Order: sequence, then structure tokens, then C-alpha cells
Amino acid sequence: MASRTVPTTQSPTIPAGLAREQLLELYRYLRLTRLLEERLTALYRQSKVIGGLFRSLGQEGESVASAYALERGPNRDLLSPLIRNLGSMLVMGAQPIEILRQYMAKAESPTCGRELNVHFNDLERGYLGQISHLGDMVPVMAGITLTFKLRGEPRVGLVYVGDGATSTGAFHEGLNFAAVQRCPLVVVAEYNRWAYSTPPEKQFAVKDLAEKAKGYGVPAVTVDGNDVLAVYEATKFAAERARRGKGVHFVEVKTYRRKGHAEHDDQHYVPKEELEWWAKENDPVDRYVRRLLDTGWAEEQDLKDIDERVRGEVDEATDACVDEPLPLPESALPGVYADPPAAERLWFRGL
Amino acid sequence: MPEVTYLEALRQGLWEEMERDERVFILGEDVGVYGGAFKVTEGFVKRFGEQRVIDTPISEAAIVGAAAGAAHMGMRPVAEMQFIDFISCAYDMLTNYVATARYRAGLSTAIVVRGPCGGYVRGGPFHSQNPEAAFFHTPGLKIVYPATARDAKGLIKASIRDDDPVIYLEHKWLYRRIKEQLPEGEEILTPIGEARLAREGNDLSIVTYGAMLWKSLEAAAQLETEDRVAVEVLDLRTLLPLDDAAIMRTVRKTNKVLIVHEDTRTGGVAGEIAARINEQAFEWLDAPIMRVTAHDVPLPYAPTLEDYVLPQTEDIVKAARWLAAY
Repeated sequence: MASRTVPTTQSPTIPAGLAREQLLELYRYLRLTRLLEERLTALYRQSKVIGGLFRSLGQEGESVASAYALERGPNRDLLSPLIRNLGSMLVMGAQPIEILRQYMAKAESPTCGRELNVHFNDLERGYLGQISHLGDMVPVMAGITLTFKLRGEPRVGLVYVGDGATSTGAFHEGLNFAAVQRCPLVVVAEYNRWAYSTPPEKQFAVKDLAEKAKGYGVPAVTVDGNDVLAVYEATKFAAERARRGKGVHFVEVKTYRRKGHAEHDDQHYVPKEELEWWAKENDPVDRYVRRLLDTGWAEEQDLKDIDERVRGEVDEATDACVDEPLPLPESALPGVYADPPAAERLWFRGL
Repeated sequence: MPEVTYLEALRQGLWEEMERDERVFILGEDVGVYGGAFKVTEGFVKRFGEQRVIDTPISEAAIVGAAAGAAHMGMRPVAEMQFIDFISCAYDMLTNYVATARYRAGLSTAIVVRGPCGGYVRGGPFHSQNPEAAFFHTPGLKIVYPATARDAKGLIKASIRDDDPVIYLEHKWLYRRIKEQLPEGEEILTPIGEARLAREGNDLSIVTYGAMLWKSLEAAAQLETEDRVAVEVLDLRTLLPLDDAAIMRTVRKTNKVLIVHEDTRTGGVAGEIAARINEQAFEWLDAPIMRVTAHDVPLPYAPTLEDYVLPQTEDIVKAARWLAAY
């Protein structure tokens, strides 16, 4: 079937310009992403997560590796994640406790209970919160990277779009705008096979998303999205090219969404054997672990130690916030405008 | 003092802010070398360069989205919609992304989106719109609509300096029709959120904005001469947030209100103003709150049709006369 014919590029030889510590750090982010989502699933089943839960199971590799290719640190590169890019936010410095608080709508969450899940930002760390309207972040990131260019700052932006999002008008307007302006922008297009329940053949008539980019004069590459180091190298190349003033670069990552659109979705539209194949044969974390062990860049014990630490970290974050209060009702009013400070309380609430 | 048109006043305001603050830049379709469809930015690219006067593709969503992104980074972009009718192409970006950014994410999105509005110019359905009602409903946006040359200048400058996103509506029928002496070398800033009493009177109040200010003043003059009715005229200048205090002041003074706008009737701004008067000054009313607006149809092209659909001075005179006699 089509999904099994994902082109697997020749993986770069370890260490892809990475030191051993970095290889292990990549593993840590992969494990943290997966484990944090598993914890969220448990909290979801206990009704502690207020809204929906969106998993990135099976595609954590491209999220983590692409973000890892950016320059991190205060006011360096900046990315705009989508719902399944939790891994990219963790790489940029988002804390597990922030994610947990967001999902549980806690008063202390980064958005004080106003927004859901991974919809929050920290521009200094380098991530901009998305909105639910797919494609909208492409023009916004075009504007952000246009500013980098206008100011002559050596910074790069990265925007994630899903295969479904490439059908929106905003995606096309934004990509074209950024291409014309030669913005230092990397577009990571995630071909994960499912847009909610819609497969690619009902979403677009091209084979690869990279073909769309070429229509805007944007160089594009298609990589095996479950090969962590291949994604890292492709994104690194794109980011450094953009940093040198060469404009937009498009990186298509072929991966697979192994969970439903959200936790409520039973995936009845997905062939069971297809899911099994991806879980057994093409899991990005398993593949990465195998690479590390086979090449001797890590020992079993190194990875176990990391697993242990990550689990402790997630446990600690969960314990610290699970019983925190929700925001006070009237805290809904301030902050719509810089001035005046709060929306007016409606008259009947004072009766 | 030199006499300047509404358009020249707007130009001056933009120019002065570009000179004052290097974070200010302009983006839009044909704004650079061509100078904008109505020449609002003529000469700007020569003075400020292509980096600060950016010709964009025909992509309103990208123009507004990119402006938002730049504003997050501390810039002060002014996005031009070639005709305001095309702002609907950026509706999602404005209402979902821009308007919510501060509330949901603490992001500053200090952008101005401006463009020529309004009818009486035989522009047909897609070059004549007044889009305020579509955005009036969205918390997080501000909307200003100058009627005078002074406010065209004062409001563009205030909008650029405002920390929130502002939709600046300029009436193309006023561009070269309205002239005013403006002092040179004096900073003109019109505070956002403040209405202006354009004419004093005791018998009834007209609450209006944009090009309708001039038709309302014409009607008021006619009623004074022909009927000895003293009409007070309030120019709102800012639609979001509305200046409730100024509206209630005039209601309490004259006890009769006519709301006049060029936009269509159903769901128009007049409905909201009437509701507020009802809530805040019901006891002061001696007559029902009445509206003069355009008919609820897309704006047609032929002069006979357009003139019939849009409010005319004579309509305002008749409505005011009816109200005065109530």
C-alpha cells in the first residue's frame, strides 16, 4: 500500500556533525515527548485533561529533529509548532509542567487557562503559539522572518504545516509572500497520511508536498520523517541556507500519524494492519535507538538512565500541578486590549 | 495655515510617523513605486526605501498575517488594503489571529490595517463597501473612521502609536472633497475612543461617522433655516471602542436621537448604539431611537440605483423632521 512506499533516503552517517552528548540529548527529547503524551493520556482518562488530547505518536522524530537543527537560546531562531509538534517545543525549552497545566486548564498555565494544549508561546525561547486555523501561521512566520531580514539579524524561522494545511489559502499566500521576499524561513511539511480522517488522495493531486513548493520557486526536499538524523540534516541545511540570505526552503517529512486526530477518534477509517506495520517496522524512536546501539554511540544503560530521569521529571511535574486550581471566573475579563485593561462585566452578573 | 485635503492629511500623518519611528513600515499592493491606487503613499518609497514601503503580492491574508508577525517582533506595520472591500479576504487573519493574540497569548500585535471605503463614487458592489460591522463584533480590534482632515491625520498617527490592532477606515469620497487648514509644525493626535461634537443643538441629536458627518451637517443647516430646529451632531470618530459617555451626553441633552450611517441597516453599528442608549439612557428619551442607513442590498453601480440605496441629505432631513415633531 502507498503508505509503505515512503521513500527512505540514505541516512547520514552518525554523528551527522553531532557530538555524543547531542545524540543522547536528541534521544532524551524523543523519550520526553512520548512519555509526556502517555502521561497526558492517563490524565485524559481520569478526566483531568479538560479538552481534547492530540498525540504525535509515530511522528515525534521529525518534530524533535527539525527543532534541534535550529539555533536555540534567548532570542535566536523561532518556530511555530502545530498540534503534533510538542517535541519541537520541548526542544526549544518548553517545560513539561507548562504542557500539563495547559491541558488541564490550570490558572498557572502559560495562558492562564485561556487557550488549550500546546497553543502558547514564548518568543524569547523561540516558539510562537498557533491558532486552530490551519495555514495561518505561514503568513505570520513570513512576517516574523521578514523582520529578521529587515533588521539584518542572523535568525531563522521555522513553520510546521500538515499535509491537510497545504490545502488552505493562507498556506499558499504565506509561502508565496515569503518566497518573493526571500524570508529566512524553513517550512516543514508533515506528510503524516491523515488530516483528521482525510487521506492524501482526497486532499491533493500531487504525490509529494514538495511539488507544491516548487510552484513558488521554493527549493524543496522530501525526507524520511521517521529517520531522526535525516530530518536533522535536511532541516539544518535548510536553516543555514536561509540564514545565509538564500530565502525560503521547504522540507517535506514523510511520517505517519499512529493515533486518531484526537484521543476520542477511534480510527475506524484506518486499516489495522497499516497501523501495526508502522508501529512494528517504522517507529522513529525505535529506529533511532537501534542506530545508536548498532553504531556504538550509546549503550543500553545510557538510554535506560535517560528513561529513568525523564520519568522522574514527568512524575515531578505532574505531582506539582495536578491538584492546582482552575482560574478564577472573573480573570476572563482583562487583557483583550492593552488599554483599557479589562472587558466590562455584564450588568446581570452584578444583580 | 495651508489648506490640506483629507487625503493629504492622511499622507502627512503616515509620513510623520515614518520619520519619527523607524519601526513603522508600509506594506500592501502597489504602494511602492506606483504610490497606491489613490496615491496615499506617493513618494514614500523614494524617501523611505523599498524595505519600508513593501509592494506585496495580491494576498490580503498574507499581508495582514505578515504584519502581525512583524508586530510580534516589535515593528509597527501599516498594511494597506487597496480597497477596503478586500479586507474580507483577511477576515480570518484579523478576527481569529490578530484580534485574539493579546488575550490568548499575551502577544502585542500593534498593526494598522487601512484602506479606502465607502460609496457615492459609482464603484459598484466591490469598490464601495463599509466593512465596520463585520469587525465591530470582534473583541480585540479597534476601529476608527475619520470624517475630517484633522482627524484623518490625528487618527492615523494615534493608530500607529496604539499598542492594539486598529482598523483605520478612510472614506474615498472625502479624499479630495474635504479640505481644512491644519497648523504646520504642530503635532496632531486624535485620541482613539473619543467622539467629537461637530455641531451643537437642543432639539435632537444625530449620531454619525465617516462621510455621513457631512450629509448630517448639511441636513442640520437646512433644518435650522427651514424649520428652526436645532440639531446636535456627534461625530463618533472611533467605532470600537464606542464613546458611550459622549453618546449619552447628547441623548440627555436633546432627548431624541437619529443614528446615521452609510453601511447597510441589518446588523449595522446603529443597532448597537441604539441598544446602549436603551440600556443607559432610557428615561431620557422622548421619542424612539431612529436610524437612517443604506438599504439592505449590495451597492449597485448605476447612479440612479446607488443614489437610491445610499442615505442622502434629504433622507436625513425628512427623518429628523419626523423625529422633531414626535
